Amino acid sequence: MSTLSIDNISMRFDLPNGSHVQALKNVSLEIKTGELMSVLGPSGCGKTTLLNILAGFLAPTEGQITLNGHRVTGPDAERGMVFQQGALFEWMSVRDNVSFGPRMAGKREKEWAGTVDHLLEVVGLRDFKEKAVYELSGGMQQRVALARCLANDPDVILMDEPLGALDALTREKMQGLVLKLWKETGKTIILITHSVEEALLLGERLLVMAPRPGRVHKEYRLPFAELGAGRDLREVKKVPDFAAKREEILTMIWDMEEEIMGRAEEAGA
Amino acid sequence: MIILIIYVAIFAASFFVVRLGVRKFRQMNDFTSLKTVTFGDESAVRPDRWASVISVVTIFLIWGAFTGSKWVPIHAPGPFIGDTEFTYTLEGPDGTRDDATVTVRVFTVGETVEEPVIEPGEGIAKNDVLTVGAWRSQLLLMDKNDEVTRDQGAKVIAIDGKPVSAGQTVAVADGTVAVTAKGSLNFAPAKGMQMEPIWLPAPEAVVSRLIEVSKQGYQNFTLLEHLYWSLFRVIVGFALGALVGIPLGYAMGLSDWFRGWFDPIVEFMRPVPPLALIPLVIIWAGIGESGKIILLFLAALWIMTISARAGVSGVAISKVHAAYSLGASKWQLMRHVIVPNSLPEIFTGARVAMGVCWGTVVAAELVAAEKGAGMMIMVASRFQLTDIVLMGIILIGIIGYGIDILMRKAENWLVPWKGRV
Repeated sequence: MSTLSIDNISMRFDLPNGSHVQALKNVSLEIKTGELMSVLGPSGCGKTTLLNILAGFLAPTEGQITLNGHRVTGPDAERGMVFQQGALFEWMSVRDNVSFGPRMAGKREKEWAGTVDHLLEVVGLRDFKEKAVYELSGGMQQRVALARCLANDPDVILMDEPLGALDALTREKMQGLVLKLWKETGKTIILITHSVEEALLLGERLLVMAPRPGRVHKEYRLPFAELGAGRDLREVKKVPDFAAKREEILTMIWDMEEEIMGRAEEAGA
Repeated sequence: MIILIIYVAIFAASFFVVRLGVRKFRQMNDFTSLKTVTFGDESAVRPDRWASVISVVTIFLIWGAFTGSKWVPIHAPGPFIGDTEFTYTLEGPDGTRDDATVTVRVFTVGETVEEPVIEPGEGIAKNDVLTVGAWRSQLLLMDKNDEVTRDQGAKVIAIDGKPVSAGQTVAVADGTVAVTAKGSLNFAPAKGMQMEPIWLPAPEAVVSRLIEVSKQGYQNFTLLEHLYWSLFRVIVGFALGALVGIPLGYAMGLSDWFRGWFDPIVEFMRPVPPLALIPLVIIWAGIGESGKIILLFLAALWIMTISARAGVSGVAISKVHAAYSLGASKWQLMRHVIVPNSLPEIFTGARVAMGVCWGTVVAAELVAAEKGAGMMIMVASRFQLTDIVLMGIILIGIIGYGIDILMRKAENWLVPWKGRV
């Protein structure tokens, strides 16, 4: 059983004015293969920094990340990433975008054509594969980004508010799609979000982070992701426990925000 | 001044005619025409094609009208051509006075002219004959045939009955007569309001010169050769500039060391206009092809470097991260992400660079060249061949415009996603 382990990570960097920022402090986590973990927290809690460290874009000042027993030192195809704005390549067709990973690995078309076509089918873009990506709507672009990530067959998928820029209706559909893909592929997924509801729906594990310094505040294990796979997500939201959890977490984050504001006021006074 | 007033009048008049007349018949109903707020909404301001057509026609009309073109039905009053006369009153030293008539024949310069035949007349002052070209003036030594000359104390005291003294000018029919300091007369026929061909030739003169030059060539080279050489220099200079500038710009966008090393050079050279380098380049490389190509290379180099650097810095970091996370190597990132992503910027730079190069080559040829569009203009201006100068300017304008259109077409074809991301 391969795991992604975050071992006592700290991130601290200096500012030009001589002070420094403690973005993360002593974060330790163990994520098993196939787990779907969502990360919530008020702004400035270091969740994006954590994701960037996991992806290998940033090096932590202390601690280390290991995946399948080897240390993470930089970006790699084993850890795929889905961004808030698709980050698609406009100069390529939908199909070329999705097949980017296999093509960069030097695979021939017949090796990846089947997978790519299947993924386009799954995300509902079979008829759009020769279209230019700038001709697609925001939701479609995000589906291309998902398919592109999956076509590369990574061990871990990191999602940085992938649905944040979508409208409510598209967002709901995409949440269903993420759950479906998770169930079908069995990938490890770490998803950052601002939406408590989304975190509850998509998090088998839910991590609430606290700011200043960024750290793990509380962790939940939730049944809703399992419940929601292959089902109407609105049904899941009607479960009594869902509303209770939502209130609990919202209050927790509210309190954190209040505390930040209070501290800011103190500093101002 | 009059031309400006006429121009403004046509501008205003055609505006009202088109607004009131044409709009009634051609009611448009697309989205933009339904906007009520247009003043301040730049996207709602679309060029009125009627205005464009009238604008071009107006320029040709005014050009033709003030040069006496045969293509234009209305003309500004031209210079006086034909026969006219004025009289002068000569006073002898003894106080006797006599009138004499001067018959003047004004002819078109370049045509042969015959002197009019006249009677000498009675009295101490005899009648004179004068021929003068339009827009020119002619000195009249009226006392040559008179019985008393200025040396003997005779002098002109009146012209057409108006008393004059040395240095004065009087208006006569179809011209003016000035009395010189020495007492002779200088006749200048009325110039009218048209331009002399040496200042501004008529449109048909430019066209016929174009046909002539394209058939016979000019200064040992055919017209096409002149234009070809100018274009050749631009393309070679631009290609070399792009060939060096684009990789340099990429290197500056990708490496600390390159950025630090070349930043001072690029930032220093960028504001130096290429024209300021002409003397130095001539000293170093002479007036031949290599000098011009070096100049154009330098003109294109900094623009291309800066646009390539801007292209690299314009790559969204998420795209770079995405490519690395999908397993791309540095080289693959360069080839599949950075280069295509910077194409729009590079095209914008290339369009600017081509424009600058085209302007620079003409200027360089004006300074010194054996062939080329600029050289053609320069040599023609020395011989006051204004029609060739105008022809050259128009051709340079058309080619410059053509280059820009081609670049835009290439841009639309190669970077269709520009402005749509």
